[in-house]
Amino acid sequence: MRGAERPTDPAGTGWPARLHVVTGKGGTGKTSVAAALAMALAAGGRRTLLVEVEGRQGIAQLFGIDPLPYEERHLTAAPGGGEVRALAVDAEEALLEYLDMFYRLGAAGRALRKFGAIDFATTIAPGLRDVLLTGKAKEATTRTVDQRRVYDAVVLDAPPTGRIGRFLNVTAETARLAKVGPIKTQSEGVAALLRSPMTAVHVVTLLEEMPVQETVDAIAELTSYGFPVGRIIVNGTRPPLPTGRAVSAAELRRGLVAAGLPTDKETVAGLHDEARDQLIRRELEDSLRTDLVELGLPMIELPLLPDGVDRAGLATLADALLRAD
Amino acid sequence: MPSEDAAPPLDVDQILADPGVRIVVCCGAGGVGKTTTAAALALRAAERHGRRTVVLTIDPARRLAQSLGLTELDNTPRQVKGIDVEASGGELHAMMLDMKRTFDDVVLAHTDPAKAAEIFANPFYQAMSSTFSGTQEYMAMEKLGQLHARGEWDLIVVDTPPSRSALDFLDAPARLSRFLDGRMLRLLLAPARSGGRSMFSLVTASFGMFSKAVQKVLGAQLLTDLSGFVAALDSMFGGFRQRAEQTYRILQARETAFLLVAAPESDAVREAAYFAGRLREERMPLAGLVLNRVHRPAVPELDAATSRAAADRLAELGGHEGTVEVLRAHAALARQAVREQQVAARFTEAFPEVPTVSVTAQPADVHDVDGLRTIGAAISRS
Repeated sequence: MRGAERPTDPAGTGWPARLHVVTGKGGTGKTSVAAALAMALAAGGRRTLLVEVEGRQGIAQLFGIDPLPYEERHLTAAPGGGEVRALAVDAEEALLEYLDMFYRLGAAGRALRKFGAIDFATTIAPGLRDVLLTGKAKEATTRTVDQRRVYDAVVLDAPPTGRIGRFLNVTAETARLAKVGPIKTQSEGVAALLRSPMTAVHVVTLLEEMPVQETVDAIAELTSYGFPVGRIIVNGTRPPLPTGRAVSAAELRRGLVAAGLPTDKETVAGLHDEARDQLIRRELEDSLRTDLVELGLPMIELPLLPDGVDRAGLATLADALLRAD
Repeated sequence: MPSEDAAPPLDVDQILADPGVRIVVCCGAGGVGKTTTAAALALRAAERHGRRTVVLTIDPARRLAQSLGLTELDNTPRQVKGIDVEASGGELHAMMLDMKRTFDDVVLAHTDPAKAAEIFANPFYQAMSSTFSGTQEYMAMEKLGQLHARGEWDLIVVDTPPSRSALDFLDAPARLSRFLDGRMLRLLLAPARSGGRSMFSLVTASFGMFSKAVQKVLGAQLLTDLSGFVAALDSMFGGFRQRAEQTYRILQARETAFLLVAAPESDAVREAAYFAGRLREERMPLAGLVLNRVHRPAVPELDAATSRAAADRLAELGGHEGTVEVLRAHAALARQAVREQQVAARFTEAFPEVPTVSVTAQPADVHDVDGLRTIGAAISRS
């Protein structure tokens, strides 16, 4: 692994890690940001792997393609000849693969699946599921062919902030329960990678109270477990208002007259109300932004995509991520 | 809104006032305001409809929990003071689910204290009761079953766990009872014993191999702990499964109303549609969809393009910076509203019969009783 070391800054950008773990509160656009980051880090002829672990098929839905199998597949090209591949890790498949690698189960493994035994084992063994999932991400991150890394970076679309600490720390939990054997070795290997500078955990948030609160909590938790926190990624931001002041109804009416728009009472009052709500919202956003800045971590803001996240939108996000310093 | 024109309107008050409805389950993706919705509905049931209500929350935001007087996880419903129930005679109680404690209680209820102590000391139990994926979902169901069995409340409002998918919540009882069934565990721990008798020799042979592999992979220590855990739990298996099945049947009954909660975002709407399909398959009563955080321009006649063009003209003209900003903001809002309607329409097209209500986005988050009351009124359209 060490022998094949190349610069740890794959796309020559501000993303100095190989395994990028992306978390965030539900609804903050975590999967879109993970996909955009995988695209950004593949720019300029590099190759990245986008991994999902929750069985939601979020990547397939985002890209409007058929459900992803447990197999690394071409997902999309990146600017400058790069490639993003995708993988939906399934814990049961990973367990079978793992058992096969060490014990050559073959047909017996398939029989076990029919019997539901694999589902059973991954369900009951505490953390086994998560160890298998993070273990697969580790394997892809460190895989080499002919002394060269297969992937310049691996981006993991991880569980949400509420579960991220437990998910990443489960390796420690499992190592405690399994006192000997390959699972212990595996767990320790994963735990070491996750706590090394090879890994960065990025937290996606919106400028809303609950996502910001969860970001603050998650960063404290991640830090206490010793996981390297990368960036705070603020999604869905709007450009600052040029004037950012309240407008009087009279002023608004004059403006509407000049613009040739209706100036009836309802229109003026309605627009005036909208402007007031907008200012309340902006003030709240500014104070939340201040809370995030106080965490003292590198922060990047991504623009709100007015038409939702489509391919063009992902490219916009990837571009913004690449410009991070 | 087109999405609402197509779908029948959801009358939440009718559900909350109906004495035949004893359970309201709020479900949906994470980050759509599920907990706030559950709390707002429970408050309204108590204040407006005079019902003795309890709201079971899973993982409320700190300030929302405080607004309900929930300062610690004590796993017991506490009465919420300072609400307006003088006229209605209702009551509101609230509790936060303590997953581990609920599990402990279940163990205590099914076994003698000595055995319970043995189970509590088992490292396998300790790990499972606090980190097992699915435990939270199962324990939410268990707690619901307990509250229902006590018969003290007219209405139980349940907030569901922020599952990775809606599936987990419905599947939790089956999954846990599969685990607690123990048949497979016993096979795993004693493959030799069943080997001679089994008709399915290939399966049994595989199981022996599997067991050996598991021993190698997990280590003998873990299997010993697991074995101790299973032996201790043995007497409780039947009771566990029976309870899980009972709760499942309660969810299918007419006294239950499922409310899907979503926001007009692709992911949340997709999750809601998926859940609606699942509820139909499981023959569980879906009462409607609450679409939170909907943006509505105050001047709907002025569309985005017109507003933007006017702003551009004014900007060129100069001297109307304030109005330019207002018109640009309006254009963005109008555009967002159109997109939200398109997203919401995907649900309505798939489930045209599901009653729907849209709730306008609040400028700020809710963390007091007044805010919950406002939300409750918005959901009820009154």
